This record gives sequence, structure tokens and C-alpha cells, in this order.
Amino acid sequence: MSVLAYGVVAWLFLIGIYGVVTSRNLIHLVVCLSVAQSATDILLLEIGYRDGGHAPVFVSLPAHPGPAVDAVMQALALTDVVVGAAVTALLLALVVQVHKRAGTLDPDKLRSTRD
Amino acid sequence: MSQALIAVALVWAAASGTAVVLTRDPLRQAFTAGFFGLALAFLYLSLQSGDVALSQIVVGAIALPLIVLLSLAKVGKDQE
Amino acid sequence: MSRRARLILFAVAAVGLAATLGVGLAGLPSFGGQITAYARMLNEAAPRQRHVTDVVSAISFDYRGIDTLFEEFILLAAVTGISVLLRPLSDETRQLPEDKAPARTIPPPSPAVWLLAVFLGSLLALTGLETVTHGQLTPGGGFQGGVVLASAFYVVYLGTNYTTVERYQPNALLEASDGVGASGYVLIGLLGLLAGTAFLSNVVGLGDTGNLISGGTIPLLNLVVGLEVAGGFAILASEFLDQTAVIRTRRR
Repeated sequence: MSVLAYGVVAWLFLIGIYGVVTSRNLIHLVVCLSVAQSATDILLLEIGYRDGGHAPVFVSLPAHPGPAVDAVMQALALTDVVVGAAVTALLLALVVQVHKRAGTLDPDKLRSTRD
Repeated sequence: MSQALIAVALVWAAASGTAVVLTRDPLRQAFTAGFFGLALAFLYLSLQSGDVALSQIVVGAIALPLIVLLSLAKVGKDQE
Repeated sequence: MSRRARLILFAVAAVGLAATLGVGLAGLPSFGGQITAYARMLNEAAPRQRHVTDVVSAISFDYRGIDTLFEEFILLAAVTGISVLLRPLSDETRQLPEDKAPARTIPPPSPAVWLLAVFLGSLLALTGLETVTHGQLTPGGGFQGGVVLASAFYVVYLGTNYTTVERYQPNALLEASDGVGASGYVLIGLLGLLAGTAFLSNVVGLGDTGNLISGGTIPLLNLVVGLEVAGGFAILASEFLDQTAVIRTRRR
């Protein structure tokens, strides 16, 4: 189970980076980057998980609740998800302006200086 | 039981993440990305994180596909 | 360098990265084992000390409140960056969408879609407000509720047309909400300094556990963060929308 859990994290991160390197379209590149970012969120939550644990909300619990899972990791991951989406939107705004100036979305065809 | 659920959620997330990267056309990738967001929300929920799953559902299914589709519309319009 | 050389370099580097990741992840404690002592202590102490039932909100807005302040400022900076990047440039102009066949008018959206947009928008706004205000009791809080509120704005665009969006979502109001949310967090933190303790201390009365008004400054911080996130995401979408619908290159 540990192998599967941590293996999925490594796999998602590596495949996200592979998508960034071999991309031919800047919008596809930005979405692959967000896939790599979600791998780190999964790792945070996996570190905080506990077998048989329940969510750290202490209302309407049964008579013998088990232990609760880690709440600090959830607090870290939840702001990460929202702020990650805003930063992805910032990258897409950059892509839109690049397309206006360079006329192309292919990273290989972008030149570093203007003619 | 919960172990089996987490294992299924992990495999589903890995498979849809791979699908997002291998979909080269950005328009089709927007839909695959929405599906990946749903897989992630299911994984977070099975790891007993309700707060993070809430954020992921709204961000991954609504905000991110909307932004990608609006960018594609702008880029496509400029190419006319 | 050429694409082929870049891919070969990536392949070599990826093998090294995979090996390092493997060694690093293998050193972690096994999945599902014991959680850290800090987390165990917080799970036990937070409901008693802060009179809240959702420990994640207590950690975000009280025990680690300063980290949430920085995250909020990252969000503000990203939205400001988007507003700057997508401003009309010197060779562009703002014009409402025009029909290519001027003899015919643009058909309005069907009334059924409009009604569905109104219904869903109000439902989303209500759910968003409920999520923001109940952050200290159940999973929820400022960040999640703020994004749900912003999606109420998106539904208005999806079901109606651009002129309705422009009329009912004035940009000035959204920007004001964003600014009030960001500065409100700092002002509530200053309450702690005024009361003689540290910045962002919980100095308002704590209330009873399980009631809506409990947790001291936690519901107040939930409200301002909800305002900021909702304003920020709505501005984000309206900037992209302006680019698509309204801003076009100036015709000479």
C-alpha cells in the first residue's frame, strides 16, 4: 500500500514534467504543470493519513470514534489548491499575451528577440 | 474496506493524470482536466479530507476548465 | 539547442530524478502509520481551547494564521498580475461585440437557459454564503466558500449575455471586495496588537462550541477571506472574458 501510494505521487509528478518538456502547445503545457502540482498536494495528504482515522471534525461523532487524521496537512493543502488555480490562471494570461505578440503557441517556434 | 477505496482512488487519479498529459489538443484536454479534478476530489475524500475535497471540486471542475476555454476562445479568435 | 538534444537531456535527468524520488519516498514512514505529535496535540487541544469543532479552520486562521495571510497575499498578487497582463494594450480598443451581419440582430439566449442561470446562480450564492459562515463548525471556510461564490458569477455569464454581466458585476465593486478582504485580514490581526498581545491573537470572546458565533476571530477571518477569494476569482474570470468578448486590435 505504501508503494502504491507514494508511487502514484512520483508517477504523477514525472508525467507532468514529461508533458511540460515535450509539449507543442503552450496551453497544454500549463495544464500539465498543474498536474505536477497536484502530485505535491496528494503527498501532503498521504503523510497526514492514519489507518482507521476520521476527519478532524469533532461534531456528531459515534460513541467510540477512532483517532483523527492530521489536520495541519489539510490546512496546508487546502490553501495550496486555491492559490495554485490562481497562479495557473496567471500563466494562461501570459500565454494569451505571448500569442498576441508572437502569433504562435508552439514553444519551439518562439524566438527570444523580436525582429 | 477503506484501504480498497483508497487504492481504487489512487489508480483512478494516476490514470486520469496520464490521460491529461497524453491529450495533446487543448480543447479536449479541458474536459480531461475536469475529469482529473473529479478523480482528485474522490481521492481527497477517501483520505478523510473534506475541506481539501471541497476546494478541489470547485476549482477543478469550474474555475480551471472555464479559464482554459476562455483562453482558447481568445487565441482562436486572434487567429482568424 | 535542438529538440532532440533537449529530449535526450530530459531523459537522463528524469532517470536521476526518479531515482532520487524513489530513495526519498522510501524513507518516509509507512502509509497510514502514526501522525505527528504536533497534529495529535492540536486535535486534542483545539476544540477545548478555541471552542470550534472544525480543527482545520482553527489551524488555518488561528494557530497558523500568519501562513494564511501570506497565501492570501499570493492570491492578491496573482489577480493583480492578471489584471496588469490583460489590460488593453496601446494598439487595442474596447468595443462591444458586433454582429457580422448588421441587418440581423443577435438572437438573445433562450428564456429557459436564462431561468436556469438565475436559479443556479442564487443556489450557488446561498451555498457559498453557508460554506463561508459555517467554516468553524463543519468542513468549509473562507477559501472554499469564496470559490463557490465566484462560481455564482460564472453561471451568470454562461446563461446570459455579456451586457448583463457588465451591468450586474461592476468591476469597481469586485475590486473593492478584493481589497477589503485583503486589508481586513491585516486589520483584524492588528486587533491583537491593540489588545496588548501578539499580532493575530484570538482576542474576541470565544463563545460556545457548536454555535454559529464561536471561535473568536475565526468566523471574522472566514468572512474577510471569503470576500477576498470571491472578489479575486470573479475579477480573474471577468478579465479573461473582456479579452474574449470586448478587446480587439484597433482597425486602422
